[in-house]
Formats: sequence, structure tokens, C-alpha cells
Amino acid sequence: MTKKRNVDVLLHILVPKHILLTKSETEELLEKYKIRLTDLPRIFDKDPVAIAIGAKEGDVIKIIRDSDTTVSKVFYYRYVIKEKV
Amino acid sequence: MTYTFSRTKLIEKIKFGLLSPDEIRKMSSARIVTADTYDEDGLPIPSGLMDQRLGTIEPGQRCQTCGNLVSNCMGHFGHIELARPVIHVGYSKKILKILRSICPECSRLMLSDEEKDTLRQEQISNRKMLSEGDEENTGQVYKRARKSKICPYCGAKKKKIILEKPTTFYEEEEIKGSRRLTPIEIRERMKKIIDVDLRILGISPQNARMEWVIFTVLPIPPVCARPSITLDSGIRSEDDLTHKLVDVIRINQRLRENIDAGAPHLIVEDLWELLQYHITTYFDNQVSGIPPARHRSGRALRTLTQRLKGKEGRFRSNLSGKRVDFSARSVISPNPYISINEVGVPKKIAKILTIPTNVNDWNIEQMKQLIINGPKIHPGANYIIRNDRRRIDLRYVKNRKIIADMLAPGFTVERHLNNSDLVLFNRQPSLHRMSIMAHEVKIMKGKTFRINLTVCPPYNADFDGDEMNLHVPQSEEARTEAELLLKVQEHILSPRFGGPILGGVQDFISTVFQFTNKNSVYNVKDTLKLLYMGNVFYSHPNFDLNKIEPNIKEPEPMYSGKQIFSTLLPEDLNLRLRSKFCKKCFIKDGNVCKEEKCEYDAYVTIKNGELLAGTIDENSFGAMQSNSILQRIIKDHGNATGRLFLDSATRMLLYVIRLNGITMGLDEVFIRGESHEHIQKVLHDATDEAKKLIKAFRENNTKILKRAPGRSLKETLELRIRQILAEARKKAEELATHFIGDEAHSVIMTKSGARGNILNLGQMSAVVGQQAIRGERINRGYSSRTLPHFKVDDLTPKARGFVGQSYRNGLQPVGFFFHAMGGREGLVDTAVRTSTSGYMQRRLVNALQDMVIENDGTVRNSDKNIIQFKFGDDSINPQHTDHGDAVNLDVLLLKAKSLDLNEIRRIKSKTAKTTPKTKQPVKTTPKTKQPAKTTPKTKQPVKTTLKTTPKTKQPAKTTPKTKQPVKTTLKTTPKTKQPAKTTPKKEKAEKSPKAPEEEKLHHQFKEETGKNAVWRGKVTQQFIEWKEQNNGIKE
Repeated sequence: MTKKRNVDVLLHILVPKHILLTKSETEELLEKYKIRLTDLPRIFDKDPVAIAIGAKEGDVIKIIRDSDTTVSKVFYYRYVIKEKV
Repeated sequence: MTYTFSRTKLIEKIKFGLLSPDEIRKMSSARIVTADTYDEDGLPIPSGLMDQRLGTIEPGQRCQTCGNLVSNCMGHFGHIELARPVIHVGYSKKILKILRSICPECSRLMLSDEEKDTLRQEQISNRKMLSEGDEENTGQVYKRARKSKICPYCGAKKKKIILEKPTTFYEEEEIKGSRRLTPIEIRERMKKIIDVDLRILGISPQNARMEWVIFTVLPIPPVCARPSITLDSGIRSEDDLTHKLVDVIRINQRLRENIDAGAPHLIVEDLWELLQYHITTYFDNQVSGIPPARHRSGRALRTLTQRLKGKEGRFRSNLSGKRVDFSARSVISPNPYISINEVGVPKKIAKILTIPTNVNDWNIEQMKQLIINGPKIHPGANYIIRNDRRRIDLRYVKNRKIIADMLAPGFTVERHLNNSDLVLFNRQPSLHRMSIMAHEVKIMKGKTFRINLTVCPPYNADFDGDEMNLHVPQSEEARTEAELLLKVQEHILSPRFGGPILGGVQDFISTVFQFTNKNSVYNVKDTLKLLYMGNVFYSHPNFDLNKIEPNIKEPEPMYSGKQIFSTLLPEDLNLRLRSKFCKKCFIKDGNVCKEEKCEYDAYVTIKNGELLAGTIDENSFGAMQSNSILQRIIKDHGNATGRLFLDSATRMLLYVIRLNGITMGLDEVFIRGESHEHIQKVLHDATDEAKKLIKAFRENNTKILKRAPGRSLKETLELRIRQILAEARKKAEELATHFIGDEAHSVIMTKSGARGNILNLGQMSAVVGQQAIRGERINRGYSSRTLPHFKVDDLTPKARGFVGQSYRNGLQPVGFFFHAMGGREGLVDTAVRTSTSGYMQRRLVNALQDMVIENDGTVRNSDKNIIQFKFGDDSINPQHTDHGDAVNLDVLLLKAKSLDLNEIRRIKSKTAKTTPKTKQPVKTTPKTKQPAKTTPKTKQPVKTTLKTTPKTKQPAKTTPKTKQPVKTTLKTTPKTKQPAKTTPKKEKAEKSPKAPEEEKLHHQFKEETGKNAVWRGKVTQQFIEWKEQNNGIKE
């Protein structure tokens, strides 16, 4: 195993901004796309970013990506699931 | 048995499992005993492999099991009782894993109870929906159980088990060595495994007990799964599976007889093994470790696995892809006289492909004629579908006239393919959407499909034997969609980059280059012919050759290629771009691009639809060129106009090709005399220098051979030698091209970008140069040398793959060999690249094929899971962009400039003079200025020919470069300039009789509605409507 280093992944240039959604925001999102939580793309709770922002199983993460072509940012969402070992 | 399909049903679940011997017997309709198919009379032998209880394949015969005819009987399984059990090859690996995990005595899983419990718990918690256990955990079970040596339940010692592929198992005994495990023994062990253990091993005890993996009863597939074929000679040929089953039954019978007769153990064992072999190959004839079963002719049999597997297997060739009706395939060949929207279809094909046409009051007479023509005369029909949905085959109708007379509205006539029908045309590999496009049919004689040369790039087609497919849309919806979305003209602009993928190719490019060159002039006769070929009188209805001032007037009027080419362009086209052969002067320090005044004529300037300067070449006319003439036309006038331009331009150029002719001979690249010696000297010098460096390398002289940073001395040497040789080649190439000159057709081809490059020319005429393998000089072959012709460690250019001869003069044997080595590397590279990229494409398509952009902008897969939340970022369609940019400012500015001038002039004229009559002269002056401006430029190239007409030449000569003096000279010398001045005036004068009134109306319209009456040189639709309305009121 590699040694655990104290690196804040969120500060890395290639890591886009990750935000933890609140319950109401999540509901809004699900309503907007008319989907269930499980229809969202997934992310492991052991994912370095998920750990960094303290996401737990069942949370939804909003990822704000910069785009080369758009003025506004592009949003992605991830549903946090437990990683199987 | 009857089936009803009236209701749709939901599939609740699908269960996969193994068939137990009982199940096989239960579903069997016949026990097969005889290893034979038909008797002498050709009747199926009862209890034979073609037993009638297994379903019928003969038409008219009823199935003995279900009583249905061939069409309704789906066949029934039979079975064989095996004399001895036999292993299923597909499960030999699973059997091995299980044998290694269980106790040889008590068949319990060799794990302690606690271990089992924890593993099972994990399996349950991690398992996916409906599956028995988690895959990863099951893997753990096998791994751990294999390690345990002594059974925790009965204390028996586990022995090592070895699988000898494909189906033989051995157990290692401590003393005697290894002992073979018979399928009977294995089956016994499997039988003893308890249900709980099976579950932990990832096996469902209800659906797939492990002992069922060892056959005691073999199911026989129904006859319709292995139909026999009757050949023309009347000989019956059986299916491969039947052949294999005959073998199985025969050996099985023999085995049983031998066992019953109490034959020696050895013989029984041998037969048993043979039975195992036959059943193994019955399932899979390509198992490693055993020879494949062969047909009498030596061909390997195609058994069950082979039927399903691979590209030609059931899945990829019958389920993922199917053959279709209403399609045709043939070789393609070129026809430059048809439009890019058209495809030439052979009459023979047109008579087979049909289009269902509904008969109505308007087309009934036409349809009657088609029916009378019948299936054999071309614009005819093959079938009629009556109102009662009965289909009449016109091939077998004796008197078609009678049929034609009974035709009534509501009938459907399947008529032949005819001119202007829309069809889809396709060439594999279909890598992008332009690989399938809609074309209009043009019936032609011959047997090949004909396509326009300019549509070759999107299909990536050539005519060295390429074949293409044609599909006929059958419904009105399909035809409409094809018309609107798939037509070739809708795909001129590529969705990959906003540029045209269509355009001139090969000879069109070299010809347009010659045609628009400075020195190309045509007399009136040729000009008219060219204009006619270019469809100019059709695309520009108001066109009048008299309005164009000929470039040369004496001794006879001559028009320049530029002028004639300009007639194809829309009147409002403005374009500026650099040619392919631009010398890039502006890159060098202190130099500025001279633009229009470029001495090489490499700056294309098109102003208001007139080609003022520059030679058209690949950059402005070629395929896949962005910002070309074609792209600008399409952006401003749409696809239809763009298509018309491309069609007309290529047709016009075709006539130019006939006038000019383009050819290339060996003598064109033959370099003689001084130049040849010069080239030889250059090469000789380079070799000398290389030798000097090699000497320095040997002496380790770092003064002459300075080590490059980060490289060893050897690497430095290689680098330097390569550099020297490359320079020498470059220099030789330059000398050669200089010798060949600019007039040679091969140079025209490379210069215009039609084909080839300078390097190719240099290799042909001067020197082929260094051959490389993996980016290095050739250094493989024998130890320390490339070929036995050289001494060991010879590093000279010649010994390391430098080919010092030209293709024209011929390569020396050694050079030829090196050249072949280098050439082979290239071939291998392309072969590898295509196969890997093809496989990558397949994987990508399989992964992405069911993704859909929903109406809310999300990308979802077939489960409606979201893959991407917003498709397409800025929502700009790349097909409609300007090479990726939403707007191209340069083009807009250019457009604005030319627009503004007109606008300003109009406003000026309106404000200066109130009455329309006086307006006229003011308005015409700026217009006359334009042609005056152009005259000096276009005249300069033809200066020499102009010498005969000193009158017109003088003013041109005296005119200084700036615009203003032009005006003055024109004014001061009106007599001499008169012809030049009056003709453009006439141009305006043609329109002017109407102009004053019309102008007045325009003005009125603008005041009333606040809109422009004229937009881009054309009267707007709104104005016309307004005018009509006004006229009506007046009257």
C-alpha cells in the first residue's frame, strides 16, 4: 500500500469543484430530471474527492465543470454508493 | 398444440440452468437407437436420427408428434441413453474447480462451518438482484477451499487433481502416482455435494446440480435444427450435426454391446474415450488438445459452438445483422456528367427493385402503361396488389392488358425504379453518417453504379473495383426523410468541422489551377462552350456575355479563365484567401503579404462575385478545405446553390481538361546535363562529410563530432548523419524542381495540390534518400552490418540505407533492398492501424449504440439512466459553424465592407439628389469606378499581348497605383478609355430604364414599412408583395 499523504485533492488543478447537495436540492434535481436516485451516475464513497468533501452513502454530489465552449459552467451529478472490496 | 399471439405478454423472468437427465427424457419425443438416417426408399428410419417424431421438414407431411405441417411444427427433441456417462466440455473447468474444493470422500466443501457462514453472509449482502451469490466472493470460496488439505468433516486427506485438457481428470495418489478419475466417479462425488455447499460455490441446486454436467442422457436436437439438403443430382447431404450424432450413436451402441458381452476392460475404456471424443466435438469442434472432427472431404465439421461463435456465427451474422430486401450491390464507376445528387443505376437493377405506388385518379393512366410494359420492359411494374390485398405477379400474367384495365384507385402497383426516385447509397466501412446518403436515380445502360467524382471523398471511394450498396425506401415517410436529411447536398458541409467535405478532386484541381492562371485566355467560341458546359445560362438567367469586357480585344476578343470562372460565382460573393502554393512571404522578417499584388498570383481575391486576383487551387476549390469558395456559397445561399456551383464548375472544368490535357511522362522527371552533375556533387559532398564524421567517431574526436546534449557519441553521430543526408536530399530536390520548371504537368499537380508533393517529385527525379525503420537508419540484418555486401561496422550512408539514386534512373540492388525494407514497414503499420482502429470502433459503437438525447437535453441509455446531464455544451451544431467557430469575423467583416459601400452609396445618392433622374449619373459613377479599378490589375498579365493595341494600353500604363489618379486619367482621356468605360456603363444602363421608377418605389416602400426593398442586391419578397398590393389599389 502506498503511504497516505496529506494532500488536498480539491486543490488540484485537474479536480473540478465538488459540492455536496442538501436534501431539498437533491429533491429538486430528481424532480427536474424526473428520475430516481439510482438513475444517477455513481461515485464510490471511498473516492478521494468524496472523502475530501465528506460525502456519505446516499448523498448526491454536484460537480461543476468548466467548459471550453460555453460561457456558463456545466453541471454533473453523482450518487454516492458504498464501495465493495 | 395451438399458439395464440393475440395478447402481448410481459416476460416476468428468464431462468438459465442445466437440463437434468429426467428433464431430457421428459422433453424427448423419441429415443434414438439407430445410427442411420434414411432407408433405401428414402424414408426416415424409425428410432433413427431422422425419426418423424422429431418434427418434419418435408412439405405436406404432418409431424408425428404435434400433427402440424412444416410451417407450424417447431420440431421436437429426442434423446440417446448413453452406455457410460460423459463429461460436457464446456464445464470441464468448473468441474476441476469444484473437485479441488470438495472432499474426495464425503464431498463436503472443505471449509469450516464458521468460514462458510461468513462467506455466505458476504455473498448475500453483496449479491446483485436475483443472482445466487456475488461473483467476487464466490471466487474467494474456491481460492480458500483449495488451500485446505484435510476435510474438517471426515478427516480425509485431499489429493491433488489435475485436468488434462480437455476432459480427462487425474488424481494424484501418494504411492502409485496419478490415477484417472472416470466420469462415473466424478459424477458420484458431484451427486454427494449438499445443497448448502452448492450455494456457497455459486451454484443453484434447483437449476443446475453439478452432476447434470456429466451426461447420462444426451438430447438430440430436432430435425429442423439440422436439415438435410437434397442436391440437384438427387443425392441427400446431411447436416454436420447429423453426421456427428451418427458417430455418437454408433460408438454408443458398440460400447453398450461390448459391455454387455463382458469385453475386456481395456476395450471398454477405449470405446468410452472415443464416445467422450465424439460428444466433445459435437459440442465444440475447436477445443484445444484434441484434433477437430473432419468431414470425409477433410473439412472440419461445423458443430454447435461453431454455429454460434464469431463473426459468421448466429449472433453476429443472423441476430445483430440481417440481409435485406430492396437492395442492390454493384461495382462503381465514375460519371462526371451526372449531378452529385444523382446515382447511375443499371437498367437491369432498376427492373428488379420496385417502389410500391398507390393508384389514384391522377396516376391511373400512367400506372396502366407501366403494367402493360410489364416486368421485362423498363419503366414497367413487377407486381400489383389488389384492393383485397391479393398480390398479382405480372411475370405470370398472360394478357397484361386485361390486368391494366381492371386497375382501380386503391390498388398498389410495385413499379420499377425510375429516374428521380430517391435511393440510399452506401459504401462500407460505414464510419460516419456521410457513408450513407440519398441519391436521385438516373437509369443508365451498363452494369455498374455511376457516381459523380466529387462525392468520392465522403464515401472514401475510388474506382479500382469498389462495390457499393443501394437501398430503396419503400414508404412515403422514408422517402421524405431521405429527401430532407440524407440527400448528398445536405452533407456538403461536414458535421465534424463546419467545412465542405465535397469539392474538386485530382484533375479538377490541376485544371482549375491552369484555368484561372494568369496566362489562360479563351476566344469567344471556347468561352461560350465553357459557359454552356458550366450551366451559366441556367444558374444566372440574366447573364449576358456582352456585358463582360474581354480581357484582350485584338486581334480577336479573348476572355481570361478568371473571367469565365467568375461567371459561376454568385454576384455577392466576397472572399480572400491564400493559395496552397503561397510562398508565405509574411512569415519572413520585415516582409508583408502583398495580397492582391502577389507576384505569384497566390492571393485569391473575389469581390462581388468576380475573381480579381489569385489562382484557384486546392485551398479554394478542393474537398475537405475550410473557407473555400464552396463553403462561402453554401453559408450565404444554401445547399442547393452550393450543389449547383459544384456541378457546374466541375462540368466546366471537364471541358477545360479536354482543351488542356494533363499528362506526365518519364522525360518530365529526367534530369540531364549540369543539373544532374550538380545533384551528384551535392550527394557526394554529403557522403564525404558523413565519412568525416564517422572517422571522427572512430577516433573519438569530440572536437569534430561534438556530443549532442543527452546523447551518446554514437547517437550524436547517427543524428548528424541523418541531418546531413536530409539536407543533401532537400538540396537535390530543390535543384531538380528548378530544372523541371513550373510548366511541367507534374509540377502543376503538386503545386495546385491535386496529387503528390515536392518530395515525391524529388524522389522520382533526383534522389530517393534515406530509408528508415522505426525512425532510424537501417541497422538490422547480419551482426553489425545490414547486408553481406558491406564490411562489418560500416556506418557510411550507403551501407545504412541511403538510396543515392532516383526512381527515374533506377535503384541499385542494395538500394532497392533497403527501399523494400522501408516500404514493408509502412505497409505493416497501416495494416496494424486499420485492424486496431476497426476493433476500437466496434467496441465504442457497442458501448454507445443505445444512448439517446432526450427532450430535456440529457443523454440517457436504454435503462433511462443519465449519462450526461446536458448534451452539446454550447448547443452549437458543428455542421453550421465556421470551422468550429460560431462566427467567422474575417468573413463577416469582408461582407460588411462590401455591403456598406453599396448602402452608403445609396444613401448618398438619395440625400444628394431628390429627383430620380439626376440620381442616375451620380449612382453610376462609383460603379464605373470598380471596373476601372480592376482593369489595371487584370491587364497587367497580358501586357505583352496588349502591345498591338497602343491606344488602350497607354492610359493603363500611365495610371499610377493609387485609386484617385485613375479617376483623373479617366476623365482627362475619355476617348481612349471610352470602350472600357462604356461597357460597364451599359451594364448599369440595362437595368436603368426601369430604375428611376423602381427606385422611387423602393424609396416609398422604405418610408412606409421601414424595411429595405433591396437586400443583398435582390428585391425582397415583401417589397414585391407590397408593390402588387399598391398597384391593385391604384388600378
